[in-house]
Amino acid sequence: MDARTAPMVQVRDVVKSYHRGSQVVPVLMDITFDIGEGEFVALMGPSGSGKSTLLNLIAGLDKADSGIINVGGVDITALSETELAAWRATSVGFIFQFYNLIPVLTAIENVELPLVLTGLSRRERREHAETALSVVGLDDRMDHYPSQLSGGQQQRVAIARAVVTDPAIIVADEPTGDLDKVSALEILDLMERLNHESSKTIIMVTHDPRAAEKAHVLRHLDKGVLTNAS
Amino acid sequence: MLLKLLFKNPFRHKLRAVLTILGIAVAILSFGILRTVVGAWYAGVEASSATRLVTRNSISIIFPLPLSYAEKIRQVDGVKAVSYGNWFGGTYINEKNFIASFAVEPVSYLKMFPELVLPPDQEKAFIGDRKSCFVGRKLAERFHWKIGDTITLKGNIFPGNWEFVLKGIYKGKFKSTPEDQFRFHWDYLNETMKKTAPRRADQIGFYMIEVKSPELAARVAQDIDRMFKNSLAETITETEKAFQLGFISMVEAIVIAIQLVSFVVVVIIMAVAANTMAMTARERIGEYAVLKTLGFGGWDIAFLVFGESLFLSMAGCAIGIALTFPAAAWFRAELGDYFPVFNVANKTIYMDVAAGLVVGTVAAVFPVWRAITLRIADGLRRIG
Amino acid sequence: MGAIPFSYSLRNLWTRRLTTSLTAGGMALVVFVFASVLMLSEGLRKTLVDTGSYDNAVVIRKSAESEVQSGVERTQASIIESQPEIAVGADGERLVAKEVVVLINLPKRGSDKPSNVEIRGIGRHSMSLRLQVRLAEGRMPRPGLAEIIAGQGVAKRFKGAGLGETLRFGMREWTVVGIFDAGNTGFSSEIWGDADQLMQAFRRPVYSSVIFRLRDPSEFGRVKTRLESDPRLSVDARRETKYYSDQSELMAKFLRIMGLALTVIFSIGAVIGAMITMYAAVSNRVGEIGTLRALGFRRRSVVLSFIMESLLLGLTGGLAGLFFASFLQFFTISTMNWQTFSELAFTFTLTFEIAWKSLAFSLVMGLIGGVLPAFRAANMNIVEALRTS
Repeated sequence: MDARTAPMVQVRDVVKSYHRGSQVVPVLMDITFDIGEGEFVALMGPSGSGKSTLLNLIAGLDKADSGIINVGGVDITALSETELAAWRATSVGFIFQFYNLIPVLTAIENVELPLVLTGLSRRERREHAETALSVVGLDDRMDHYPSQLSGGQQQRVAIARAVVTDPAIIVADEPTGDLDKVSALEILDLMERLNHESSKTIIMVTHDPRAAEKAHVLRHLDKGVLTNAS
Repeated sequence: MLLKLLFKNPFRHKLRAVLTILGIAVAILSFGILRTVVGAWYAGVEASSATRLVTRNSISIIFPLPLSYAEKIRQVDGVKAVSYGNWFGGTYINEKNFIASFAVEPVSYLKMFPELVLPPDQEKAFIGDRKSCFVGRKLAERFHWKIGDTITLKGNIFPGNWEFVLKGIYKGKFKSTPEDQFRFHWDYLNETMKKTAPRRADQIGFYMIEVKSPELAARVAQDIDRMFKNSLAETITETEKAFQLGFISMVEAIVIAIQLVSFVVVVIIMAVAANTMAMTARERIGEYAVLKTLGFGGWDIAFLVFGESLFLSMAGCAIGIALTFPAAAWFRAELGDYFPVFNVANKTIYMDVAAGLVVGTVAAVFPVWRAITLRIADGLRRIG
Repeated sequence: MGAIPFSYSLRNLWTRRLTTSLTAGGMALVVFVFASVLMLSEGLRKTLVDTGSYDNAVVIRKSAESEVQSGVERTQASIIESQPEIAVGADGERLVAKEVVVLINLPKRGSDKPSNVEIRGIGRHSMSLRLQVRLAEGRMPRPGLAEIIAGQGVAKRFKGAGLGETLRFGMREWTVVGIFDAGNTGFSSEIWGDADQLMQAFRRPVYSSVIFRLRDPSEFGRVKTRLESDPRLSVDARRETKYYSDQSELMAKFLRIMGLALTVIFSIGAVIGAMITMYAAVSNRVGEIGTLRALGFRRRSVVLSFIMESLLLGLTGGLAGLFFASFLQFFTISTMNWQTFSELAFTFTLTFEIAWKSLAFSLVMGLIGGVLPAFRAANMNIVEALRTS
């Protein structure tokens, strides 16, 4: 447990169950832990262990049944749907396994998308997006559509999108799951660079041991219980 | 087992299936209604007899013919019987209620139009009373008239208020026989005219002629017209069917327009249904591949796809047909003035079914072709 | 702020071009039918209304529905002629005409199919009473001769009605010595001749109607009451405009009902088509929708975006339907007017009101078709949506 400064993410006694018809399936049971600012955390565990669920809760995509989650000083468990949406727009960057880019928008438009939710002018949005794309090394492809990009390139666009609003945390769900070895390594290097150079707090769910290597902290989730890994 | 799949599959996407069925139902409904409207116009033609001719003034139907022609026409070779009458028109209670009424020579008319079925006692009562009338069943129902009622019509062509006693209610022998007609004694009209407007007395609107056999129709018609050529009132004689068709040709433009629209409708819906089926098939490529690995052949899959498509389109067709009847009833109520006979013909139903089959088949063509030619590997890759 | 970019909706429609065009095509058809029926009704109304003049009055026999059914005796006509409210023309004569109107059956050019044409026996002032009518070619018929003039519509459509041609009726040959231009009015479908000549030929010793110009249009009520309560007469007096609009009532009603029924049925079909398309669009884009909401776009924005797409569909369909409907203006419909039994020709008339009504209608269809799918898109569970990719 590291607490150089106030933790970026504080999770306290979080419980989450799923309802399948009449059955109640418990997924997370009394999870409590901290993530420090600028940490690169990898969440690992077998299938169905609830790691994605935990990630979704921290990212504000889902609501816990009970417990408190505090991100960047904000108690997100107390926010309404609408407030949560607004919070996500400025405070969370997402990287998904299947990139989840909007197919009918170009690379730069995809990166601009989260900025539409802020009050920036068109020119400012464009500038920020261009900067983000150059950070990930794709400024020469900004007018390409996702279908015109390789898997690795698409994921880089996704990363640019994730950082363009300068969020408090970046969550990544199996970011290398759909990539070949070379692209996967590129992406992981990029993420490591972001974490190192910009002190971005990254929480990553992964199966990939290479990904785990890049992270500072390794957590294991098994049957809804969190453990530390060495 | 494939059959079970066939019936359950479309409802996996319940909403889409329901919407497709409804869409097809709407198309079939419009097609059916439009055809019925066109058919209504041709009702008069349907009701025509091949052995009846109509003789009218050659200038136009608004000019009369002398009563003296009756005897002359009777003498023409091939003529079996002659009747005559005048179009009366008229409204009941207010001008919105337009009544299709004719003044006719009672005995000969009833004999010549056996499709107007009157019980013998009513027929006798009607013939015996000059001030009486007989009407069709639908007309009597519309105004709740009963035998013995006094009915007053306001005339347009023959002005004034005319009183009649209802002595008969007829049923149409055929489905195409209009049951909204009103008939009364020509003598009643004529005697009244002699008193109020003598200039208009002894004038006939049209003659109805029955020929001994249909082959004689053309010759008899010519003979009659030749007889009256160069007289004060020249005639045009034509078969009853031609006479009715004459009216329709005057509104031809509208009839054609409606027929055109009805076919366009079916084409458009076919396209929409085809699009839906294609959408569904595209999504299920993976499944079809799996079925193939399990050993089902291309034709089995084709059967599935085709069957599903037909199932949807025929379901829609059935609903559309079912809805056609109440819709036709609404039309009949609103447009009863224009169309005395507004029946959904059997032919229309057959065409509806045919349309449903065509839609279902065409919609399935492309997906079936894809299903048959699908290579298992390609299909499986899609699932992954 | 916070709205999903408009280009998203637009481009999605473009990407699935086939589906978009089919659905828009369905809506175009509905708008086409909607617009054409409105245009037909408007054309009919214009023709008949233009045919009459507010300053003129038409007197026919009571309870007759049209001039053709009517009969006005000579003595009665004289009484009507003597009314003080009748305007006096520049030549000092009263602007009144006693006319006789009958139908004759004539074959059409080309198809030979016969149709009923109105022949009007006119008086000296008939032409001046109708400001919409003027002689275009030839000359007026000379008194005492078997001469007639034909409206442009009749001359064009019927055999033997052209300039210099002859028609045979009433046991005589009649020469067409002139063609008159009556614009889009009903008179264009008429043939005019001298009333006395025609009355002799048809052996119809009574007039059909008396037409006169009011010296002061506001005096109509007074002369109407007097004429209708006169025991020597049994007549019905109406302003010419009302007379002609009454004549089209049956046809207008028919058009209205058929048009309404067709439009309702077709629009249900079109809305269903739109719903199918939009639901499919939503289900194809579940992952995208999840992403948008994950990024922070509100439910409201998702709803608006999909409704926008649906409205664009409707608009495209509406514009296409209107575009094709506008070509109908080149067509003339000639059909029999059921009330008068005579041939009537009118065109499809497109007005600004019809245009915007049609577009509004297509937008509404788009809205109704898209609203439910839009809400489905917006209310998806984010996590589940993201899982589908």
